[in-house]
Amino acid sequence: MNCIGSNLPEGVGQPLWLLAELTYRCPLQCPYCSNPLNYDLNKTELSTEQWIETFRQARKMGAAQLGFSGGEPLLRDDLEQLIKAARELGFYTNLITSGMGLTLERMQAFKEAGLDHIQVSFQASDAEMNDYLSGNKRSFQEKLEVARTVKKLGYPMVFNCVIHRENIDQIDKIIELSLALESDYVELATSQYYGWALKNRDHLLPSKAQLVAAEATTNRYREQIKGKSRTKLIFVVPDYYEERPKGCMNGWGNLFLTITPDGTALPCHSARELPIQFPKVTEESIESIWYRSTGFNHFRGYGWMKEPCRSCDEKEKDFGGCRCQAFMLTGDASNADPVCAKSPHHHLITEARDNADLAQPAQGSMIYRNRKNSQQLSQTQAADLIPAQQVEME
Amino acid sequence: MTENSILTQIPILNRLFRFQWEPSSHRHVLLYPEGMVQLNESAGAILTHVDGERSIAQIIEALQAQFPEADDSLIQDVIDFFTEAHHELHWIEFT
Repeated sequence: MNCIGSNLPEGVGQPLWLLAELTYRCPLQCPYCSNPLNYDLNKTELSTEQWIETFRQARKMGAAQLGFSGGEPLLRDDLEQLIKAARELGFYTNLITSGMGLTLERMQAFKEAGLDHIQVSFQASDAEMNDYLSGNKRSFQEKLEVARTVKKLGYPMVFNCVIHRENIDQIDKIIELSLALESDYVELATSQYYGWALKNRDHLLPSKAQLVAAEATTNRYREQIKGKSRTKLIFVVPDYYEERPKGCMNGWGNLFLTITPDGTALPCHSARELPIQFPKVTEESIESIWYRSTGFNHFRGYGWMKEPCRSCDEKEKDFGGCRCQAFMLTGDASNADPVCAKSPHHHLITEARDNADLAQPAQGSMIYRNRKNSQQLSQTQAADLIPAQQVEME
Repeated sequence: MTENSILTQIPILNRLFRFQWEPSSHRHVLLYPEGMVQLNESAGAILTHVDGERSIAQIIEALQAQFPEADDSLIQDVIDFFTEAHHELHWIEFT
């Protein structure tokens, strides 16, 4: 099947997608950040040479897409060097950025280094809401300027906006902004409830009615631009409104490889929150990590499954859903993803949906992703898991 | 578009895509923002000749020279490929 080694586990895919989280540092404080809650405990970052060696090994194993992410990847002064090295290795290089602090000069330098594409994240369609959600007072104007420059320099541009309860009713304005900026792809991705977003779920989860209206609006714009614009509108529905879980990451350790700032290798960017030991690229080769580590083999295949997944005829389609979601909501990562209507914990999802129908679903204020909150949450994180375990015992 | 007029078109890869050979999986791919199309052998062979200078007719000639054992259906296959790649998949633009 491939020529990397002779004693490989059967049916394990290649790590085609490499996500390099270069740093956890970030000028924004988005309350749905995908970084771990306790990110501030760990400030170690791989060196330039360590990153390039990581790229080289992953490329050899078949990785073709490389995402530079974070935190804010622009805060790495060696980003130009990393792009150049990755491009020379044959990667398609994606910069996933808030755009904060990105100058014309630096974008030109990235272009010379061979950067293929820039994804700029927006939080909303106007300055007030955008800056409120990002916790930064000047982010919106900067983002607009960056998006225009991305286009001017001839990069493909992906306009990304995380959609949630507070901005979903403005989706028409968000789409109009993305079209005015001549985006090539527009990702309207409803927030996924891990880490920070789970903490803020009651603030973020849209109601069913909001969701239906937003999808209808998106479809209306798709019709409107048909034949006139090549912009592709991609709307990602939150799995909380599904009756079957998503086939998360296309299967555990099957396609996707995340490397965190300190070199920890993960099968997805949320997996750090699982009670599983994951290896580091500074201690082991990526080949060994991908094919032989306990962490990456943990949920491969179907042997780990419990009921109702084990005997389910859909297990090859959705792999029991998301391991992180199962763990965070039920306290056991081997359980079925509670999104599945067959899960005995599905009520956790329907209760969240019912709550989202209330006029004021959330208590207190949103918890922003910043160092102070990270430090506080690191101390309380263990205690937070207790309610989930109680659910199991009931 | 008639078949004759499509033959004179000069295809070029849409700037959103990059075409390359993947040594580890032994096939050509199209890479685009955060995605990848793994191409079959014939799509890979056709796209190898797309350089923004040669017309579809010239690409067909090159492929016939490259695969002398192929029969006449090659012409229709290449036309069908470019039609789909241009109109539906947007991989290809015509200069």
